[in-house]
Amino acid sequence: MAEHRTAAFVRTEMLPEKAPPVSEVGIIRWLRENLFSGPLNTVLTFMGLFIIYFMIKEYSPWLRHSVWNAASVGECRDIVTAKYGEGATGACWAIIRDRWNMFMFGFYPRELYWRPTLALGLLIFAAAPVLFSESRMIRMWVLGVVSVFLMVAFPGLGVPNGDTALLAVLLVAMLAAAWARPWALLWLTAIYPGLAVWMLWGGSVWGPTLAMAGFVIGWAAWLATRRLGTILSVGAAVLVPVLWWLFGIAPVQAFLDAGLPFAIEGVRSEKFGGFVLALTIGVAGIALSLPMGVVLALARRSDMLLVKALAVGFIEFIRGVPLISLLFVASLLLNYFLPPGTNFDIILRVIIMVTMFAAAYIAEVVRGGLAALPRGQYEAADSLGLDYWKAQRLIILPQALKISIPGIVSTFIGLFKDTTLVVFVGLLDPLKGITDSVRASFEWKGAYWEPYIFVGCIFFIFNFSMSRYSMYLERRLHRDHE
Amino acid sequence: MAIASEPPKHGFRLSQLLYDTRYRSMTIQVVVMMMFMAFAAWLVDNTVSNLAARGKDFNFGFLGVRSGYDIGQRLIAYDSDSTHARAMLVGLLNTLLVSFLGCIVATVIGVFVGVLRLSKNWLVARLMTIYVEIFRNVPVLLWILIILAVFTEAAPLPNAFKEGGDASMMLFDSIAVTNRYTAVPDPLFSRSLGNIDIGIFLISSDLLALIAAIVAGWYARRIVLRRATFVQNATGERPVTWWKSAALLILPGVLTLWALGFHLGYPSLQGFNFTGGINVSNAFMSLWLALSLYTGAFIAEIVRSGVMAISHGQTEAAYALGLRPGRTMNLVILPQALRVIIPPLISQFLNLTKNSSLAIATGYLDLRGTLGGITLNQTGRELETVLLMMLIYLVLSLMISGAMNIYNASVKLKER
Repeated sequence: MAEHRTAAFVRTEMLPEKAPPVSEVGIIRWLRENLFSGPLNTVLTFMGLFIIYFMIKEYSPWLRHSVWNAASVGECRDIVTAKYGEGATGACWAIIRDRWNMFMFGFYPRELYWRPTLALGLLIFAAAPVLFSESRMIRMWVLGVVSVFLMVAFPGLGVPNGDTALLAVLLVAMLAAAWARPWALLWLTAIYPGLAVWMLWGGSVWGPTLAMAGFVIGWAAWLATRRLGTILSVGAAVLVPVLWWLFGIAPVQAFLDAGLPFAIEGVRSEKFGGFVLALTIGVAGIALSLPMGVVLALARRSDMLLVKALAVGFIEFIRGVPLISLLFVASLLLNYFLPPGTNFDIILRVIIMVTMFAAAYIAEVVRGGLAALPRGQYEAADSLGLDYWKAQRLIILPQALKISIPGIVSTFIGLFKDTTLVVFVGLLDPLKGITDSVRASFEWKGAYWEPYIFVGCIFFIFNFSMSRYSMYLERRLHRDHE
Repeated sequence: MAIASEPPKHGFRLSQLLYDTRYRSMTIQVVVMMMFMAFAAWLVDNTVSNLAARGKDFNFGFLGVRSGYDIGQRLIAYDSDSTHARAMLVGLLNTLLVSFLGCIVATVIGVFVGVLRLSKNWLVARLMTIYVEIFRNVPVLLWILIILAVFTEAAPLPNAFKEGGDASMMLFDSIAVTNRYTAVPDPLFSRSLGNIDIGIFLISSDLLALIAAIVAGWYARRIVLRRATFVQNATGERPVTWWKSAALLILPGVLTLWALGFHLGYPSLQGFNFTGGINVSNAFMSLWLALSLYTGAFIAEIVRSGVMAISHGQTEAAYALGLRPGRTMNLVILPQALRVIIPPLISQFLNLTKNSSLAIATGYLDLRGTLGGITLNQTGRELETVLLMMLIYLVLSLMISGAMNIYNASVKLKER
C-alpha cells in the first residue's frame, strides 16, 4: 500500500479510445493485406496490373470503335477510318447483326423460325418442375423471363398477331399452373420429347405421337403382367414397346395418316444449323445420357460377371477413343452395320453417338458416387428387406447421384461443348460450320474475330450458368448431418 | 434355441430359374449373353452383306501400298513413295508428339495457375479465376481456331523480318513467328554419335546418350539420398547432401551435351524464307498451344482442389512435431495431395491425347489426318481405316490408364 502512495502519478480515469493507425483501417488495410502483404505479393500485384493495363491498351480501342451497322467488312473499315482516322481498327459486330438468323437457325426455313423458338421456350417450361421445384420465386422469375422473351420474339419472327395472342393465352395458363400447381407442368414434361421433335422436324403429328405412345404401351404391359412377378413384368415392359417401335408404328401411322391426316410443314435435317442444331443435339444428349449412364454404372457394379464384363467393355471402349472417331462411325460406318437399304437421319445418328459418349463418362462419375457411399447404407437397405431395385431407388441412388452432381454437370458441359465437333461430319455447327459459311460470302470475307467471340460468349453463358446451377443444386440438396 | 427350417423337398422346378435368387442371376446372364451374341451376329451379318453389295472386301492389304501423299511435318523419314502403313506411323508419332508436349505445358500452366488461384493476393487470384472459367466453359475447338487465326492472320510474313522490316524476332533473335510457320533454333551436335537404325526408323544416338546420362545421374542421386538416410538412422546426423544432389541432377546432362558438341542452329532469313533452324508449322503450334491452355485450366482446378483437400490440421500437426515448412510440404502435404491430384490429372492427359484428334481443324497431319483422313479418302476403305484408328487410340488410352492404375495401387492408403 505504501508504494502506491509514493508513486508520483496514478491515473484514475480511463483514457479515451484512440483511432487505429491509418495503415490498419479501411481501404489501406485491405490493400496491405490483399495486395501488398510481402515482396512476392507486391511483385505479383504489379505483374497483374501490368497485364490488365496491357489488355486494355491493346484491345479497348478495337472494342470502343465497334461498328454495329454496316453491310460488309469493307464498309465497316470505311466507317472506322472516317470516324477515328487512318490506321484505326474497330470491331465489326455488324456481321452478327446481319447474319443473326444464320447463327441462330442455320438454313432452317425463314417462315418457320417460330417453331424452334417456341420449342426452346417450352423446354424451359417443361424443365421447370424438375429444375426449379423448390423455390417458387426462382421458378416464376425464370418462366416470366422466358415468356417475355417469347412474346417479344414472336412478332419479330413474323408470326401473325392472332397466333401471338394464342401464344399469350397459352403462356398465361402455363404461368398460372407454375404458380399454383407446379406438378401439373409435369404433363408438359412428359409429352415434351415428342412435341419438340414434331415442332423441330415437322411432318405428320402421328409419328412422334405413336413413338411416345410406346412408353404408355410399356406401362400398360407392366400393369397387365405385374401379377407374374418383377422379372416377367419388367421384361414385358421392355419387350412390348420395342416390338411396337420396330414393327407396330409404321402400319398404324400409315392408317392414321390416311384417315386423319394432320401434318405441319416438314424440315429436313440438312436445314438445321447454328444454335438450333447445337441445342437440339445437346439437350437430347443430356436427357438421354443420364439414364443410360446410371444403368451402365449399376451394370458395372453388378455381381453378375457377364453383365459387368459387358459394361466394362462398353465404357472403356467409348472412353478410349476420341469423339471424332465415333462421329466418323456415325457418318461412315453405320451404313455398313445396319441392314442394307437403311438410311436414317444424320442428326439422330450423331445424337446416338454423343449420348453413348457422354453416358460412358457419366457411368464412371456415378460409379464414383456409388463407391463413395458408406457400406452401412447398402447393409441398412438389405436389413430392411428391400430387394435390389427398391434399395437402389429408395436408398442408394438418391445419395449416390447427389454426390455425383458436380461430375455429372461437368460431363453435360463437356457434351454441350462437344456439339461443335459435328461440323466434321458435315453438319453446320455454330462455331465452324456457320462461321465458315458466313465468311465464305463476299461481304464478310476476312471477319475473323467477331464471329468467334460472339459464339464463344454464347457457349460461355450456357456453360457457366450450367455450372452455377449445379452449385445451387448442391447447396439445395446439402443436409447438415454430413 | 433356433429352429432351422428345412428346405422344401421337392425336385427342381422350372420356375425356380426366375424366382429363386440362387438361379436367377444365372438365367439373366444367359439371356443377356444370347441377346448380345444375337446383336453381334446381326451387326456382322449386316456388314458382310453390305460389303458384298458394294463389291468390297475386308482386308488390310492397302497398308502395304504406296501412299502417294506428302506429310509436311514428320519425325521419321517419309516421302510420297512410302507405304500407307508408314504414313500411319508418321501420323501416330505426330499425335504422340503434340500430346506429349501438350501434357508438359498444360501441367506447368495448371500447377502455376492452380497455386496462384489459392494465393492470398486478391488481384492475382481473381485473374486466374477468370482464366480458368473462360477456358473451361468454351469449346476447345474455338481456342484452336482462334489461335490458328492469330498465327495466320495477325503474324507477319517471313518477308517482314528483313533488315528494316517491321517485325522482329523474339528471345535474342532465336524465334520468329511468321504467318506460315514458326522458326525455332535447331539443336545440333558437332561431335554427333550418328543414328541407330532399328529397322523401321532411325533413332538419334545423341538423344539416347543424353537420356541415359540424365537417368544415370538421377539414380546416383537416389543412392546418395538413401545413404544419407542410412547414416541419419545410424548416427542421428544427416550428412549435407544438397550440393551432391544438385550436381548429380545437372552435371551429367550438361557434360554429355558438351561432350557431343551441342550448339543451336539459329534461323535466319535467306531470301523469302527462314533457314538454319526448324520451321514448325503453325498448324502444330496452334493445336499445341490451344490444347495446353485449355487442359491447363482443368489441371489448375485439379491442383487447387487437391491442395484444398488436405486439411489445415495436417500442416499444424507437422509444425507441432517440429518439422520445418519445406519438410512439411515434402513429407506431409505433397504425398497426400498427390494422391488426390494424380488420378484426375492422368485422365486430363488422356483427354488431351484424344482432343489432339482435333488437328483436323488446323490441318496438322496426326493419326486422324493420315490414316483416318487422306488414306481413307484415297483407298476408300472407311471400315478398315476407321476401325484401325479407333483401335490405336484405344490401345493408347488403355496404356495410359493402365499406368494410372499401377500408380494408384502403389499410393493407395494401406487400410488395416
